[in-house]
Amino acid sequence: MKLYEFQAKNILKAYNVSVPCGKTISQSNDASETFREIGRNRCVVKAQILAGGRGKRGGIHFVNTPEEALSCVTSMLGTRLATHQTNQKGAEIKYVLIEEAVSVKKELYLAITIDRSLCMPMLIACAEGGVEIEEIARRTPGKIIKEPADIFFGIHPFQARRIASQLNISGALSMRLNNLIVRLFRAFLENDCSLLEINPLAVTTDGEIYALDAKMDVDDNALYRHPEFDQCISYQDVSPAEALARKHRLSYISLDGNIGCLVNGAGLAMATMDIIKLHGGEPANFLDVGGDASLEQVAQAFKIILSDPKVRAVLINIFGGIMKCDVIASGIIQAIKEAGIHIPLVVRLEGTNVEIARKILDNSALSILCAKDMKEAARMAVTASQ
Amino acid sequence: MGILIDKDTKVICQGITGHAGSFHAGKMLEYGTKLVAGVTPGKGGTRQQGVPVFDSVIDAMKNTDANASVIYVPAPFAADAILEAAEAGIELVVCITEGIPALDMVRVKKYLSSGRTRLIGPNCPGVITPGACKIGIMPGYIHKPGHVGVVSRSGTLTYEAVWQLTRRGLGQSTCLGIGGDPLIGTDFADVLRLFQDDKETQAIVLIGEIGGSAEEKAAEVIKREITKPVIGFVAGRTAPPEKRMGHAGAIISGGKGTASSKISALENAGVTMTESPADIGTTVARILGC
Repeated sequence: MKLYEFQAKNILKAYNVSVPCGKTISQSNDASETFREIGRNRCVVKAQILAGGRGKRGGIHFVNTPEEALSCVTSMLGTRLATHQTNQKGAEIKYVLIEEAVSVKKELYLAITIDRSLCMPMLIACAEGGVEIEEIARRTPGKIIKEPADIFFGIHPFQARRIASQLNISGALSMRLNNLIVRLFRAFLENDCSLLEINPLAVTTDGEIYALDAKMDVDDNALYRHPEFDQCISYQDVSPAEALARKHRLSYISLDGNIGCLVNGAGLAMATMDIIKLHGGEPANFLDVGGDASLEQVAQAFKIILSDPKVRAVLINIFGGIMKCDVIASGIIQAIKEAGIHIPLVVRLEGTNVEIARKILDNSALSILCAKDMKEAARMAVTASQ
Repeated sequence: MGILIDKDTKVICQGITGHAGSFHAGKMLEYGTKLVAGVTPGKGGTRQQGVPVFDSVIDAMKNTDANASVIYVPAPFAADAILEAAEAGIELVVCITEGIPALDMVRVKKYLSSGRTRLIGPNCPGVITPGACKIGIMPGYIHKPGHVGVVSRSGTLTYEAVWQLTRRGLGQSTCLGIGGDPLIGTDFADVLRLFQDDKETQAIVLIGEIGGSAEEKAAEVIKREITKPVIGFVAGRTAPPEKRMGHAGAIISGGKGTASSKISALENAGVTMTESPADIGTTVARILGC
């Protein structure tokens, strides 16, 4: 789960990480009052979306008066902001963060993530902050500083010092940076993050270190032990269909095509999307009902797909292992009885209890196109969608 | 033959009294797997699917000569179950459980790095040497003993590939899913080496997916060490970036982990890549000339 900048900053404050004084609002009426409350001559207005690259696309503005703050916030709230990390439509701006503008002397980059191949937390730093780190990694990989951390020891103080020295930070400032790195690492572990990125990490003209931005991704698998994040879930930028899917523990991602897919298993679901494309069609979604879905989950999944007005045909591709094919068949029939269906439905079933499942579908008197394998299923679905 | 497991492998099942554990313990026994005991803390002294249940792995080890374990324990307790099995001296731990926190797996991997226990998974369908031993949740009947090794990050997509092989009369030496999580015990590179050394295996099917760099690493190993033919497929060509495609590990992030990068790395290593997931079986048949 990605957190908004303002949520991440609130967490970091509890770890004594300095962040600029600010407030998040969702009504433009509150903008001038908030500017006055912050009490500085200059503020920055930051669009809150769950994607990076905002600055380049007009998502970050400096304002010098309450009136400017009002007009800036008014022009942002409710509009969509597209960056290289969003889709083309962009993400709706529902909140803006108004912060004091600090006077920056130097911008650094600092992040902690989990290195998949080393299987270790990895600190990544760069003396050039405020820009896209992927861009630097591509052009000048030598400028990226990496420091793996032991999961049991944590980041050693000498490693923090080594990072500071490579960033050309010395003296009293380096001591501050060392402490900050240790605290950030603690925040990363204690909040079960998969990413904690501070870009930029700013050194101010008066020698302080501020997290000017904060990106925090929390491991979805660890949410069960973090009830404090429950309130963040309602802030997530998901479509109603995605929210409904999440409620029923279905993995659903809406796409741009017109063939709805219902598949068990993530790999097979991706492969189903791929084969649809290969046969000239476009998938309308990714939907994995999981390894051990119940009849209700399958029925719900089917309804979610049918609720998408783009969908012109549905392809169900199930290879039963844990999942029993008869459960899928009964779920489909239940959903059709409850919601009705007015578009072609292609079904391909294989695996556990497939014979029972085929009988259930045959006896249902529903008009279902049965495919014998994946290729035939893809062809039939593509033809049906045209 | 085959890799990792054979007809003499003796298996315990951790979490045998749960819904999935009990069901699949029954299916493993039906297949002929030597499942010798189950473990569920607090349920010691009872029986499940006709095998004795113990409170701990150590107790099960004292009373049986098990050398492998399969884990169906719920995610919050699964990391502990893996460590318990390793501590007790189990050689092969197959963790089926999905949803283990990544930092738990970082701790588990660090612990395992100093021992001799091999972990398969988590979030995987398990391992099967057809006709000899099945440890996991795959439907047994789709497999057939033979000479093709299958390794994959997925569960159901592995079944798909195996079924295509079996229907063409191509049996398998061993099939395994290494797991869909970003942090797993055994990776493609490890399995490729095992298949290379296995006399039974004549060709290898490798099924990758978007996210991470395990396929790129596999490509390097194939180039240097693997002389047997490798047939590959990578799922997720149509997946949008920055979206987690079901598997926690299947995400294109910061432009890394794309299908095209993996496909070209594998192609450069001499792997025969299939464009369609429906053509895996026919491609293997063509390569093996049957």
